[in-house]
Amino acid sequence: MMVNLCLDYYLILSAVLFVIGAVGVVTRRNAIIIFMSIELMLNAVNLSMVAFSSYLGNIAGQMFVFFIMAVAAAEAAVGLAIVLALFRNKQTVYVDEINIMKW
Amino acid sequence: MKRAVTLRIFDGYFFYHAGLKTVDLQSVLFMLFAFGAIVSALLTVTRKNPVSSAMSLVAHFFMLTGLYLTLQAHFVAAVQVLVYAGAIMVLVVFVIMLLNVGREVQQTSKRSLRATATVATAAVIAVMLGSSMLSESTGKTNLVKLSQEMGTTEIGTTSSIGKTLFTDYIFPFEAVSLLLLAALIGAVVLAKRHVKEEVQS
Repeated sequence: MMVNLCLDYYLILSAVLFVIGAVGVVTRRNAIIIFMSIELMLNAVNLSMVAFSSYLGNIAGQMFVFFIMAVAAAEAAVGLAIVLALFRNKQTVYVDEINIMKW
Repeated sequence: MKRAVTLRIFDGYFFYHAGLKTVDLQSVLFMLFAFGAIVSALLTVTRKNPVSSAMSLVAHFFMLTGLYLTLQAHFVAAVQVLVYAGAIMVLVVFVIMLLNVGREVQQTSKRSLRATATVATAAVIAVMLGSSMLSESTGKTNLVKLSQEMGTTEIGTTSSIGKTLFTDYIFPFEAVSLLLLAALIGAVVLAKRHVKEEVQS
């Protein structure tokens, strides 16, 4: 079995991981698990960025991964604070029970 | 280039002991980590207990670290462990423990939504696999060999990342510091109790 480690494999893997994360966002009710699924999607994009960076021999992809990680850290802090505030007001983290903004 | 040479020596060692002549080490590692990444991602999305979900996500981050190492992105791999598997997951697990959320009884009340999600997933994967099988555009060249030939094995090292970060990307870097400051203040404001309650008590 001769496996040539080409760009396509990384891109397909990245796409599959992104789709798994997207399905998690759509189907789960727990806000924390939705949050973790968003992290899955961000990481899938990071993987394709690094793969392209390696393929093109260009460092820009890895710089973008660095900035995506910084944004993800900021998102984690604010997102989890929002979940905490929601739980304090509504005593639940299930997103389908939180419908105060539904008209 | 020293790292590439040691890797090649290690390759020979691997071939000698595994008796495999045609499979190179990077491909084996890629298959291993890719399988692990998909399985742990599926576990993250499907587990009912949020804590086991979080633990699967930690495993997923380590699998991605391995994948970054097969792409010779050492700095990104290190930051992945430090930031994701370290900082972010500690925060997530802390919030799970704090809120004491139990098992999710059912996933979502809308069955049509789940059916739509399943069909959309299958369609997206089919389109992507099909287009990558059919197209020749991205090329079938071996990534590791390509980077060795182009002499670009050094682009993932900390020194090259640091040089680029503090020259070409200095403005985004400063902007990120502002973003993190804003996130810090925002998180404190959101998570603290209301000011009026504190004044009354």
